[in-house]
Amino acid sequence: MSKVRVLAGTKKGAFILTSDGKREHWEVSGPHFAGWEIYHLKGSPVDPDRIYASQTSGWFGQVVQRSNDGGKTWEAVGNKFTYEGVAGTHQWYDGTPHPWEFKRVWHLEPSLTDPDTVYAGIEDAAIFRSTDGGQNWQELPGLRCHGTGPDWQPGAGGMCLHTIILDPSDPNRIFIAISAAGAFRTDDGGETWQPINRGLYSKSIPNPTADVGHCVHHIAMNPSRPGVLFMQKHWDVMRSDNAGDSWQKISGNLPTDFGFAIDIHTHEPETVYVVPIKSDSEHYPLDGKLTVYRSRSGGNEWEPLTKGLPQQNCYVNVLRDAMAVDKLDDCGIYFGTTGGQVYVSPNGGDSWTPIVHDLPAVLSVEVQTLP
Amino acid sequence: MTPSNVRVALPQHLRTLAHIEGSEVLVEVEGPVTQRSILDALEARYPMLKGTIREHDTLKRRPFLRFFACEEDLSHESPDTPLPDSVAKGSEPFLIIGAIAGG
Repeated sequence: MSKVRVLAGTKKGAFILTSDGKREHWEVSGPHFAGWEIYHLKGSPVDPDRIYASQTSGWFGQVVQRSNDGGKTWEAVGNKFTYEGVAGTHQWYDGTPHPWEFKRVWHLEPSLTDPDTVYAGIEDAAIFRSTDGGQNWQELPGLRCHGTGPDWQPGAGGMCLHTIILDPSDPNRIFIAISAAGAFRTDDGGETWQPINRGLYSKSIPNPTADVGHCVHHIAMNPSRPGVLFMQKHWDVMRSDNAGDSWQKISGNLPTDFGFAIDIHTHEPETVYVVPIKSDSEHYPLDGKLTVYRSRSGGNEWEPLTKGLPQQNCYVNVLRDAMAVDKLDDCGIYFGTTGGQVYVSPNGGDSWTPIVHDLPAVLSVEVQTLP
Repeated sequence: MTPSNVRVALPQHLRTLAHIEGSEVLVEVEGPVTQRSILDALEARYPMLKGTIREHDTLKRRPFLRFFACEEDLSHESPDTPLPDSVAKGSEPFLIIGAIAGG
């Protein structure tokens, strides 16, 4: 029988939650790296026991950890992230030039084909790659240096490259997203990049339809349809049917289209999940009711999913990398909250159960489906 | 010149990262005992500490860390200033301290 392994990064360590395919009874391991912020953990698709973790601290900086045994033991690997060439400047919050400075790794994306190759999305925004299991990291400078970099500004959480999506049908195509620069794509393995923000509309920037400057919160892709992307922007839920060349708004009947997390059902590529958040100044669910919204039509028509979720006095947030889906026949949906809960729905969102109630604030959730 | 055996006290998180038991480690320092020579020796023995006490390229002290010895804050001294004899002789530890923060 298949198993699932949920990798939860929190403000005070990493937790590994495991269950059989029923997803009813869970074992909890952790905290790993107790006391450190774990922005993200993710396993290799070709060697699930190879897991990478981003461990950070305001005192001690960045550490990258690697496990070769599914998270039982870990070793610190390389933590040197040096921008290529002269780093230059981007815009600060007040519009003044600000030097590019490495702060932390937000997201680690292992290669689809090689367990020793892994990409890192960092703050201040850039993409790095390691081809030796995380020991050494090299920037792909074509992104930061393609021309619009000096115009990028940080979002409220910092100028982070938080989303990396590898196209399973084209090894040279990678999608990334940056707050608050927008979405970008390479079609040549990371040498050159182009903004893919046509159709986005952001009232908070001087030109609402500018090529860059949009606060993209997260992007999701179903591997069976790599040309179709779904985006949770600061405000607005969007979709693209041409690999990001253009976007259409699909917020439809959502009660608010602000939010962070978005994901797609493994077996139904038109079934999309978001967690609406009240507003950019009130980062919690509407009316204190934690609700996942599901669209079975690729957007515009959304249904609230509340069974098993708190429907009063709930004021948590669900962060951008804190939602994931498994690959079991009855697709499991997972998300973590800033209140320390990790919820699972073993039935595509129809009902939800907390796996854990009281972890530190959850920063990220990934899930591995194991034989 | 005989190497000096210098006692170094590390914050708990760095001891955990480097798999160090106990509150101090003994590092062997060749030549003059300075902040730089101690940290060079420490990082050579525990490579996972590179970048966690001082920045990789500039070797500047990370902003929320302090260096104490002999009841003095030496954080703003030159990294190449010789440290007191009592540190070089191992009678006093070189303390790496995480700034108190968090309310």
